[in-house]
Amino acid sequence: MRPDAAAEAPLQKFSGFALLRNALGGHQNWGHQWRNPAPKDEYDVVIVGAGGHGLGAAYYLAKEHGITNVAVIERGWLGGGNTGRNTTIIRSNYLFDESAALYEHSVKLWEGLSQDLNYNVMYSARGVLMLAHNHHDVASFKRHVHSNRLNGVDNEWLDADGVKAFCPPLNIKSMRYPILGGALQRRGGTARHDAVAWGFARGASDRGVDIIQNCEVTGIRRGANGAVEGVETSRGFIRAKKIGVSAAGHTSVVMSMAGVRMPLESYPLQALVSEPVKPAFDSVVMSNTIHAYISQSDKGEMVIGAGTDAYTSYSQRGGLHITTHTLDAICELVPQFRRLRMLRNWGGIVDVTPDRSPIIAKTPVPGLYVNCGWGTGGFKATPGSANVFAHTIAKDAPHPINAPFSLERFRDGFLIDEAAAAAVAH
Amino acid sequence: MTGAFRTASGGRIDRSKPVAFTFDGQHLSGFSGDTLASALIANGIHLTGRSFKYHRPRGILSAGTDEPNALVGVGRDEAHYAPNLRATQVELYEGLKAESQNRWPSLKFDAGAVNDLASPLLPSGFYYKTFMWPAKAWTKFYEPKIRAMAGLGRAPEAPDADRYSQHYAHCDVLVVGSGPAGLAAALAAAASGVKVMLVDEQPEMGGSLLASRDASIDGKPAQQWLADALAELSAADNVTLMTRTTAFGYFPHNMIALAERVTEHVAVPDPELPRERLWQVRAKEVVLATGALERPLVFPDNDRPGVMLADSGRTYANRYGAKPGKRAVIFTACDAGYRSALDLAAAGVEIAAIADLRRNPAGELPAKALAAGIEVRPSTAVTGTSGRLRVSGAALTKMGEYDFGATQQIACDVLLMSGGFTPSVHLFSQSRGKLAFDPVLNCYVPGTSVERERSAGASRGLFELGAALEDGYAKGADAAKAAKGAKAPARAFAAQAPRLGTDGHIGATPHNRNPAFAKAFVDWQNDVTAKDIKLATREGFRSIEHIKRYTTTGMATDQGKTSNMNALGIVSDALKTPVPQIGLTTFRPPFTPTTFGIFAGAARGELFDPARQTAIHGWAAEQGAIFEDVGNWKRALYFPRGNEGMHEAVARECRAVRSAVGIFDASTLGKIEIVGPDAAEFMNRMYTNAWAKLEPGRLRYGVMLREDGFVMDDGVVGRMAPDRFHVTTTTGGAPRVLAHMEDYLQTEWPDLDVWLTSTTEQWSVIAVQGPLARQVLRPLLEGIDLSKEAMPHMSVREGTILGIPTRVFSVSFTGELGFEVNVPSEHGRKVWEAIYASGQKFGITPYGTETMHVLRAEKGYIIVGQETDGTATPDDVNLGWAVGKAKKDFVGKRALARASMSAPDRKQLVGLFTVEPQTVLEEGAQVVADPKAPVPVPMLGHVTSSYHSSVLGRSIALAVIKGGRGRIGQKLFVPMPDRVIEVEVTEPVFYDPKGERFDV
Amino acid sequence: MLIINCPYCGERPEIEFRYGGEAHIARPADPSALSDAEWTDFLYNRTNPKGKHAERWRHIHGCGRYFNAVRDTVSDFFVTTYKTGEARPDIEESAR
Repeated sequence: MRPDAAAEAPLQKFSGFALLRNALGGHQNWGHQWRNPAPKDEYDVVIVGAGGHGLGAAYYLAKEHGITNVAVIERGWLGGGNTGRNTTIIRSNYLFDESAALYEHSVKLWEGLSQDLNYNVMYSARGVLMLAHNHHDVASFKRHVHSNRLNGVDNEWLDADGVKAFCPPLNIKSMRYPILGGALQRRGGTARHDAVAWGFARGASDRGVDIIQNCEVTGIRRGANGAVEGVETSRGFIRAKKIGVSAAGHTSVVMSMAGVRMPLESYPLQALVSEPVKPAFDSVVMSNTIHAYISQSDKGEMVIGAGTDAYTSYSQRGGLHITTHTLDAICELVPQFRRLRMLRNWGGIVDVTPDRSPIIAKTPVPGLYVNCGWGTGGFKATPGSANVFAHTIAKDAPHPINAPFSLERFRDGFLIDEAAAAAVAH
Repeated sequence: MTGAFRTASGGRIDRSKPVAFTFDGQHLSGFSGDTLASALIANGIHLTGRSFKYHRPRGILSAGTDEPNALVGVGRDEAHYAPNLRATQVELYEGLKAESQNRWPSLKFDAGAVNDLASPLLPSGFYYKTFMWPAKAWTKFYEPKIRAMAGLGRAPEAPDADRYSQHYAHCDVLVVGSGPAGLAAALAAAASGVKVMLVDEQPEMGGSLLASRDASIDGKPAQQWLADALAELSAADNVTLMTRTTAFGYFPHNMIALAERVTEHVAVPDPELPRERLWQVRAKEVVLATGALERPLVFPDNDRPGVMLADSGRTYANRYGAKPGKRAVIFTACDAGYRSALDLAAAGVEIAAIADLRRNPAGELPAKALAAGIEVRPSTAVTGTSGRLRVSGAALTKMGEYDFGATQQIACDVLLMSGGFTPSVHLFSQSRGKLAFDPVLNCYVPGTSVERERSAGASRGLFELGAALEDGYAKGADAAKAAKGAKAPARAFAAQAPRLGTDGHIGATPHNRNPAFAKAFVDWQNDVTAKDIKLATREGFRSIEHIKRYTTTGMATDQGKTSNMNALGIVSDALKTPVPQIGLTTFRPPFTPTTFGIFAGAARGELFDPARQTAIHGWAAEQGAIFEDVGNWKRALYFPRGNEGMHEAVARECRAVRSAVGIFDASTLGKIEIVGPDAAEFMNRMYTNAWAKLEPGRLRYGVMLREDGFVMDDGVVGRMAPDRFHVTTTTGGAPRVLAHMEDYLQTEWPDLDVWLTSTTEQWSVIAVQGPLARQVLRPLLEGIDLSKEAMPHMSVREGTILGIPTRVFSVSFTGELGFEVNVPSEHGRKVWEAIYASGQKFGITPYGTETMHVLRAEKGYIIVGQETDGTATPDDVNLGWAVGKAKKDFVGKRALARASMSAPDRKQLVGLFTVEPQTVLEEGAQVVADPKAPVPVPMLGHVTSSYHSSVLGRSIALAVIKGGRGRIGQKLFVPMPDRVIEVEVTEPVFYDPKGERFDV
Repeated sequence: MLIINCPYCGERPEIEFRYGGEAHIARPADPSALSDAEWTDFLYNRTNPKGKHAERWRHIHGCGRYFNAVRDTVSDFFVTTYKTGEARPDIEESAR
């Protein structure tokens, strides 16, 4: 059998029955989830970056726009960037109409994503609760709740007793900044981050997309008319009619290869998990005021988001003082978890825009498109962002949902400033 | 009884001190010096846990931090309970209560073991392939079941009763690990005279020396040499020794984080002591002497209780006097297995056979074993085991050149395995040093350093005792030299110990069982077998990171200590790719699981974020004020009298200010003193307003923008002199404003001769507001004429009050005649009390922030952060008048020129009257033109402030509304979940719009 | 936690400092003369290099002074620190 022959076999549909059938054969007959092809000389579209957003864009290009001559090029291994390093929180209760529309588009896709991909991404709508600790928080969250309701996005206000009833492990009163209430999005929750990347990779590969790992983009070639011609890579030049950059923390680096300066800075963002324990925390709880984010994974680990370090960095690690600050807050919120133990602490690189909202847009360079600037909140947007990015590339024009998330908004002053408006970035 | 499996003598336990403990309620006894694991083994107990996925019975595998199986919950009560502790690290103390985990109803009869029967259906990643129909069933049905099955121990249910502390330390040389290499390094550094810290995670220093039986150093038994070396180090002033201290993280610039366990091993802890301490050590130079971990062998059924690492078996016998069994089979790929066989034989354990994967074991140790009459079977693999809750036999299969030979069942109650040693490169890798693959040792060793560190001894693959000592000493000397230029005296070590050689094995061992069904465990805790890893490679996973995540190998609480190299070996074999080309998963902190509590330290309760209090706080507290948190300040929200609730109290306080006089603590306002010949020019550039013409003695309301044109802060500014401004900022805004000013002053306009000084804490600010304010203050002031003529609204005068220097502002945030008395904070309370006394005959009423909010809202005064949200221009909030149009430049001016900043549909500040006057709108509620519009309903803006106004006898609200100023008089709607509230857009000034009350 | 060498005070831990973003972006003398695109470039666009980065720090819990530094954003190690107003040291451009 040729080395990659199994890869060319038709994709096996995943199901409980398939699992049962394969069990009888000792699981010897499962084929590749995606092909590992060598790059072709030319593609209609090259996506730079095989994270959830990039793989998803390739999947939707193939599925919804019939564009299958697509390569996704990845410096490392697919899903190895922020897709595999985040705390997997999903929600759409953003304040501004533009943001609510984008994230809600995403949540709607999350709700059917496992079935669409035939890959269980474990979207778990267990509720995301954002805690209010002072008058400003209360007014801000109520503003969100009212705005979301009128935008058709579920989000409800809970008073302190309601918070305690929804999430009994929380310490409500005996803390420095007692919990005054919270905004709860019941459709919010988590998903299995790796499965999102793998599911999109499998779906895209099955539709003809080439996923090329361990292939670093080293240049973007532009023609005399300024338009893109292709990408220089560690595995040679690859011609491309269109290039979509979906490189998260490395966006500035990739875009500079095309001579485009970006309104971005890349910061280290840390997260950590505890050792696994039996179910003790059913929902996702976020407190922006005291800087804590916590949920419990299906494996039993408490998944905790820490903050960004103060300085720009590509080092994928940060200072211990960031972690200690986060655990200060976790131990205040849930003092019975103080004896749990940190199992693993890691860092990612997040690219941050001046208004803390993403950019999903055409660029001044013909044929070059960019999806970036997700800061600390990109995972939740994965399917929605990928979907409208694919539209933007296919049509050479933004989808109405991502039209406001342009590069020009900074020049023209039409910022979508979720951070300033709500002091909530996640 | 202290254990049927105790050796007759020897070991480092104190046989004169029996210790009683319980395991799953069973009363047992050990000795002082035992770990829970060694005490259980001495009692003949191996079954200590159940695995994560299949709930297979599991025993003690190791004797250290790599233990994947023997995890227990420990604690005398719920507030001291900790799950998932390794029995191999839990020190025995009188009354210790330990329980096994992840089993129901009991360890011996665990219902979850049904998963093991279903295991053919549960290969790696099975959950990605199923549970998708119907769509909602994942969250409602499958996931809760999976969650309940997962997890190991249980989280404590009561808040932790213990304390934790945090410390910082500096040293010249930090040595991590006190085995032979670490001790030698510490001796060298100590002899160089530099400041040395030697830390070790175990209760005793010595590392592998603690388990030595027949080694000697410098002519002394190794354990005697150890005692002498420790005595030498203890006596040195320049050496700090720390046991029970794990170096768990290597952070940039040579900062090493240590976790010190202080009281966990004590039956009755000293209440003065913390449970654990976090040490953040900044070391000039580091020596990593972290040793090596023994690799298990991956063979079918290698997970039964009684199967353990060979060197651990030896450790139990030699160090703890605990025999791991009565009859042992050894399965080895290196000479270390023979050392264990010899030591166990010496302890009285029968060695049934040694199965050696190698064809021709020829080292010093195999020779000794043969000489001791132990049966050695070369070219032999263990291909299966028997037993249910304890191993009862092993299948030994002879391996021929091309096929398998005969299999023989050999009875045993313990099976020791050794695949060789893997250097502990965790900290080195955390430091971002680059690892190199050593093809001889089949493992990764430290390559290029990034930080100022060097590895020594077994942690870089030097497993022989003599080599480790020599290397350690050289590295310690090198570190001392690098740190301080210090020189260590020459020293040699005469070590006598049997040679271990360099053999070993990674990956699965050969067997004649059906590979599709045999369970050969790679990651014990997560139940990952060799066939799971092969499945991942069949499914196209190539990167070791993918394989790790797909199979969960290396993701258990030992973080791959037992499994990483074997997993790599299996992948290498399956993909026919050399190990170095497959890559290596990243080592991340912490080295071993580390208690959340030490990161939080003392930052709990009030110390989580110490509250700032004004000088008048105590007075307000005595008066029964209710406080609110504003930033990290505590501010009096209102002053209830009798049984008043907030609304009654606020109504009363408001009436008092409007009709007589109120007193308010405004000390939290930020204050900055701006001084210098160019102060006015600086103010011109920082604020939207024009300052040049403001005369000394006058006040002006200033607006500050960010460079992007949005309102950042506001405050009243007094010009004290031509070259001096007294600037006030919002509460909590002062640090931000000062940093903003310093940024421009230092980096953009260093030519300006201006000094900025934060004076927030220096001034107490007492606001006296109301038509009778003048009468209250006049008797107390000297040198200040408060008359309307001498001191008009918006002026500032300096004088004294009670003989104390003061700056008095005639300013009002209430709409009434008002003064703000600034006095040095140390006199704040005294002055406050004097004013309060003076005001008694006028009915002076203390009021809090809620009343302040109502009164300012009645006047339409904004609060930055409430009416603005970082997206408001000055014009949006009706402050266009404060923007100096004639000024050539100020921070934010250029951004205001963008078209979007003056678009007609910008949200503008207006007032709202509810048509039903007693209805108080909710702050944050949205305002719409058509409440019946379909979702998404177009929104015009939102309510920013909303109160009941007692002076108006109705509700008032401020709102920002698209094109709001053009909508005054219009009817709009505020949709609530249960009803729609009709409102009328009004001017935002509800009370005294002409401002006639300032100068009564 | 990084160690930062304040040109005025010497080596101190990172928590004494406040990061100030990319250095050598001078505020234009006459912002009103700039086009929207030029103003946007000043206000928002950043080099954000992977490699040597000239950046500003302020020793806020020390001398209070701003200064500049060149730091490698891959390793987080500082190449040098220097006083505000001094030219960027001639250090090879950012590695990618």
